[in-house]
Amino acid sequence: MTEKRCDVSLRINAEQVERPVLVRQHLVDFLREELDLTGSHLGCEHGVCGACQVMVDGKVVRGCLTLAVQCDGKHVETIEGLSESGVLADLQAAFLNHNALQCGFCSSGMLLTALNIVQNHPDATRDEIRDHISGNYCRCTGYQAIVSAIESVLVARRTGELAGVAR
Amino acid sequence: MKAPAFDYVKPKDLPEALRLLQQYGAGAQVLAGGQSLMAIMNLGLAMPEILVDITGIDGLRDIQETAHGIRVGALVTHATLESSALIAQKVPLLWQCVPHVAHMAIRNVGTIGGSTALADPAAEYPAVSLALNATITLIGPDGQRDVAAQDYFLGLYETARKEDELLVAVTFPKVSTDEVMIFDELTRRRGDYALCGLAAAFTVESGVISAARLAYLSIGDTPVLAEAAGRSLVGNKPDQALIEVAQNALVNDLSPRGDLHGSAEGKLHWAKVLLARSLRELEKSA
Repeated sequence: MTEKRCDVSLRINAEQVERPVLVRQHLVDFLREELDLTGSHLGCEHGVCGACQVMVDGKVVRGCLTLAVQCDGKHVETIEGLSESGVLADLQAAFLNHNALQCGFCSSGMLLTALNIVQNHPDATRDEIRDHISGNYCRCTGYQAIVSAIESVLVARRTGELAGVAR
Repeated sequence: MKAPAFDYVKPKDLPEALRLLQQYGAGAQVLAGGQSLMAIMNLGLAMPEILVDITGIDGLRDIQETAHGIRVGALVTHATLESSALIAQKVPLLWQCVPHVAHMAIRNVGTIGGSTALADPAAEYPAVSLALNATITLIGPDGQRDVAAQDYFLGLYETARKEDELLVAVTFPKVSTDEVMIFDELTRRRGDYALCGLAAAFTVESGVISAARLAYLSIGDTPVLAEAAGRSLVGNKPDQALIEVAQNALVNDLSPRGDLHGSAEGKLHWAKVLLARSLRELEKSA
């Protein structure tokens, strides 16, 4: 049986992409295999680990639970595009400073959850940060450093300490 | 793992979707947010012949206040419910449960229609629907019908929806001033499947409970209404003595099965803990 393909037209970061996609291909396989955007990772492929997170139309989603064909007409932002834009710069610096990544496998997904926290929960406590990142697995750090990194950015943004870093 | 091959179609309107469901029968699966369906397919537990993506159909994303209640369209996402002032005000039990539904990235995409159609026994909305006796609206080749929540959840992943019907809305009654709604659940970690959960709707008049609907999740094949425990509360004020009476009555309502998450006795204990917490919360609010 020839597998079905559908034509899609979508924006990936700053680029418009038009091509036929296999309907069974999920978004992260499409990004990694077809577009060489390998910053999004695949851990569990059933929505549990969070390593696959990307943004679709400005909202964080699980890339492994999203079909590429469902993104027709939408804007997909990956860790590559979001890094380039600077929107994650202070979080990325804080992750480095706090050793909040070791192997780095979870980081691209974790940073998007962190971005959601700093944008939508600016007063989150350490316990609340833990609740928010409970859908992102990290098998290296034990999470303490990740919580500290996110907390430091919340504090810095609240007090305006981090002058000169893109928000 | 990857999902096995399937066909995909995105109908533009309801009649086209219904035609496809009729044509493919059990071979079709409705795709809304896909937050359970894609996981199940990636695990190889479902192998539909065709996915009918209903996200292109207009009119399924609204939250409307009607004379009968608050009608929530099937494609309304968890995140939309979470940020809805109307839901917070008029259907507080539903609003309280949303932060417990999975994780932010999943709440951004998953829908109330998908969760209600799947009817996972560990899901929050089915229990809330049962506690409030919400109405589930289905449309099929013979037209539209409304099914009360207590007649809708039939078994494990089994509902009153026929395979050629589409779930288009869930309508919840509006809370009245003498009602107190309390949702709580136990998880090992925030966002995990609930070990046990309780959606409770109390009617309180002058500090005395006049009605109580206690719907448990993650305790059986369907959400379970604890009727004996609910009856034991009526005519009483929530206090420690009543908590013990109601906890003892739960034995008549619940018969959990032990599994890898806990023993039958353990699950009954969790159900009692949630009931006690809920009644203490009620006592505080009274």
